Amino acid sequence: MTTDNEPLLSVQGMEKHFPVTKGLLKRQVGAVKAVDGIDFEVFKGETLGLVGESGCGKSTTGRLVTRLLEPTAGKIVFEGQDITHMKQGRLRPLRRDMQMIFQDPYSSLNPRHTVGAIVGAPFRIQDVKTEHGIKKAVQEILELVGLNPEHYNRYPHEFSGGQRQRIGIARTLALKPKLIIADEPVSALDVSIQAQVVNLLEDLQNELDLTYVVIAHDLSVVRHISDRVAVMYLGKIVEIADRKRLYASPMHPYTNALLSAVPVPDPKTRKDRDRIRLTGDVPSPLNPPPACRFHTRCWKAQDICKKVEPPLAELASGHRVACHFPENAPETAAKPTEPADA
Amino acid sequence: MGTYIIRRVIGAVAMLVIVSIVTFAIFFLVPRLAGATPEGFAARYVGRTATDETIKLVAQRLGFYDPIAVQYGRFVKGIVAGTEYDTGTTVEHCPAPCMGYSFITQQPVWPNLLDRMRITLSLGIGAAILWALGGMATGVLSALRRGSFFDRTAMGVALAGVSLPIFFTGMIAMAFFSYGLGWTAPGGAWVDITIDPVMWAYNLILPWITLALLFAATYARLTRAGMLETMGEDYIRTARAKGLVERKVVVKHGLRAALTPLLTVFGLDFGLLMGGAVLTEKTFSLNGLGKYAVDAIENNDLPAVMGVTLMAALFVVVASLIVDLLYAVVDPRVRLS
Amino acid sequence: MNDFLEVKDLRIHFPTEDGLVRSVDGLSFALQRGKTLGIVGESGSGKSVTSLGILGLHKGSSARISGEIWLDGTELVGATQEHVRGLRGKKMAMIFQDPLSAMHPYYTVGDQIIEAYRIHHDVTKKVARKHAIEMLGRVGIPEPARRVDDYPHQFSGGMRQRAMIAMALSNDPELLIADEPTTALDVTVQAQILDLMRDLQREFNSALIIITHDLGVVAELSDDILVMYGGKCIEYGTSDDIFYRPEHPYTWGLLGSMPRLDRERTERLMPIKGSPPSLINVPPGCAFHPRCPYAERTAGKADTEVPALAETEGGHLVRCHMDKTERRDLWDNEIKPVLETQ
Repeated sequence: MTTDNEPLLSVQGMEKHFPVTKGLLKRQVGAVKAVDGIDFEVFKGETLGLVGESGCGKSTTGRLVTRLLEPTAGKIVFEGQDITHMKQGRLRPLRRDMQMIFQDPYSSLNPRHTVGAIVGAPFRIQDVKTEHGIKKAVQEILELVGLNPEHYNRYPHEFSGGQRQRIGIARTLALKPKLIIADEPVSALDVSIQAQVVNLLEDLQNELDLTYVVIAHDLSVVRHISDRVAVMYLGKIVEIADRKRLYASPMHPYTNALLSAVPVPDPKTRKDRDRIRLTGDVPSPLNPPPACRFHTRCWKAQDICKKVEPPLAELASGHRVACHFPENAPETAAKPTEPADA
Repeated sequence: MGTYIIRRVIGAVAMLVIVSIVTFAIFFLVPRLAGATPEGFAARYVGRTATDETIKLVAQRLGFYDPIAVQYGRFVKGIVAGTEYDTGTTVEHCPAPCMGYSFITQQPVWPNLLDRMRITLSLGIGAAILWALGGMATGVLSALRRGSFFDRTAMGVALAGVSLPIFFTGMIAMAFFSYGLGWTAPGGAWVDITIDPVMWAYNLILPWITLALLFAATYARLTRAGMLETMGEDYIRTARAKGLVERKVVVKHGLRAALTPLLTVFGLDFGLLMGGAVLTEKTFSLNGLGKYAVDAIENNDLPAVMGVTLMAALFVVVASLIVDLLYAVVDPRVRLS
Repeated sequence: MNDFLEVKDLRIHFPTEDGLVRSVDGLSFALQRGKTLGIVGESGSGKSVTSLGILGLHKGSSARISGEIWLDGTELVGATQEHVRGLRGKKMAMIFQDPLSAMHPYYTVGDQIIEAYRIHHDVTKKVARKHAIEMLGRVGIPEPARRVDDYPHQFSGGMRQRAMIAMALSNDPELLIADEPTTALDVTVQAQILDLMRDLQREFNSALIIITHDLGVVAELSDDILVMYGGKCIEYGTSDDIFYRPEHPYTWGLLGSMPRLDRERTERLMPIKGSPPSLINVPPGCAFHPRCPYAERTAGKADTEVPALAETEGGHLVRCHMDKTERRDLWDNEIKPVLETQ
């Protein structure tokens, strides 16, 4: 049980390293450090947005938090319980409270099951008793997400992409969860449908008192839907702050570059824009750069950035950044840490 | 790539060892567990007129009283270095590789296997080339002309080819083409390739075609399915967008990609076939491994049966290894992972 | 002056078991060299089918094509397959959305570029290879002489798209069509690719058609914009026309559904209700009428009469039953104020 001050979900030092083997004897020669030590909390009723580009580890984070994967290090605390290495059997009752929405509405629904079976499955799996039977409960949820309850017996292929995503959402709501992890919930949808689903998610959050972690690469959608946002790069969180602060005055150079890269639907700005152009691609998580991972592409990088990893420090109220030379930092910010032998 | 090859080769060798152990166990351990006695084994090695005493002696000399592991060890030694069978009355030499000594034919098994293998190989290789090329060509044309008359007829004929038993099609074919029209050789005709290549081929044409027909169906269907899939891929559209002629799009881009799954099937089919195309050989009276196996079984010739079994296993393992290696040549993604 | 590319009343229909799919249903536009046209639409709007139609890639399928496509004085719809094939890859080239699936996995990137070059130039492999290395360098791939022998799966997403661009440009095409070229890429990489495309267009003075659903991307690159819906053009004009003076309710809807980083956050997005239409059962009359909030203002014509594409002002065309003044009124007084407070 959690009190109001305690976070619903708390992650400390979480790591997930996937071993890489080579040679005849399959010796481990390295590891893909998909998630390499991250800390964050999610409080009841809020939405935490997790953004980053491919290879940053945000999807892996989503799967770790829901224990679809097991972390190789660190701690996950959900509702006051340490679920880091809990066995699947003990996790099962907790899964009622923690659900996941997946990205692809075409492959995340079993094409051989009717909608009724898909949304009703959680009741059966968790052996939950309903007042008037599972079918009635399912139809109520279908209505809640804006689908016609009479389509109970239809198959996924009879629905459009947006409707399928609603079915996926309905499925997560079946057991009235407390926390929903949404992994790219709208990126596979058309723009006009994205807006419908985003509004739906917000309405549901208000109505059912839900807490969200939204994983996405679309910065505009994340800004709209989140209360706080964490930016990930190569397995680490480089900045985490409340939405307004992050988008108005980002401190980490990577966040800055990300925001300036987003194409804006306004022709005039394209001429005036002073865009930060990052060179090259994201380095491989097999071999992340030492110390500050962003230093290979950072225009502010100096010697210290290659030697000392900047810690995720709170430079302003509720605003944490991992950088030696943050931008927009208040004057009273702590000085960047010196290497021990300086 | 190097480690990929080494790992596959080691795997193949390990597989062969396991197969030999299992085969040996089936022939010599399981009967023991079911109640057979060393004398029972020995009785197979001598004639019907042998006395109980002789049988016991033979059993001892041939090592049937020894623990099974020792017997296996002796067997392996025989394969590597040759061995001798001393029954007390006779001493038979069995040079390496010694796959056993058949007292019924009074010969080491291995030379027999070699002889028969030539025939089975001749039959198999010819048929394999026919069914691979014929099946693939039909499959490609069917895929490109999906739903057309050609497509439906071809798939229909293929279905007939695979459903009708070989002795049926073989017999009919022989009756019609060999005895009726006199175009092809009669059953049992065989000339070794080293003696007269033309006659060798002529004698095998009918068996080749009939056997190929059996397999061509599967290959036509597989190629057709594979082509339909690859021709729908994005890189086909890119190739056309570059202005490439359709013929090259189909062959260079489509067929090349569709071939890989076919390779695996082909390797395994060929390997299995080498174990003896029993029905075909019997139908056309060819003295291949298949016929040898059937005869050995009928005569209860234990070493011969075991020899054929090991031979067949060897073919399958080697074919499977070659296929794995070829896969890496064809698909660079396998090579570099 | 004659247009470099002129499309007149293009129709591309596919007969299927379920009915006639009217993917492109009377499309007309023009484009000059050195200019960029952005074709915007959601899934099922017919935009990709249009681009494949210009390249003549529907010949051989069941498509029924009518209308005219004039490319630098040659008419393509009536031309022989051979003739059009000669132009493909040379005078007009295409960049596809997903470079991993659009390139053959079994051939090196170099081989594929060499093939593209040798189809239209009778040279030795050695000469073609030199050209391929040069092209890879031109698109910003480091160490091109080494990477020319790599396979597509050995490149990162951004580099792979650059390689695809190199392949498309290897014959100096005068018309380049890019179908969702950056949709599969990370946002920082997308920015690089868009910059690259802009630079290359300037260098080659090519005509560029960019097909996308992303209004931000379209604003970055396009001079003119064509909005497609249900196989038809519903609005056509300069970039300024579409972004600052749009006159079609669908365009308003698109602009309103997107959360934008350059405006204040709204409490709710304004989605367009319903979903994009099926191209087999296009709604009668105006294809957009089931989703249009202003359908009742058309005196019953919404579901009976297909509106004509009419000029509203100086080259800006709109397909809508409402009259000009009414639309402009709505834009100035109702739509624009809401959008701009975003």
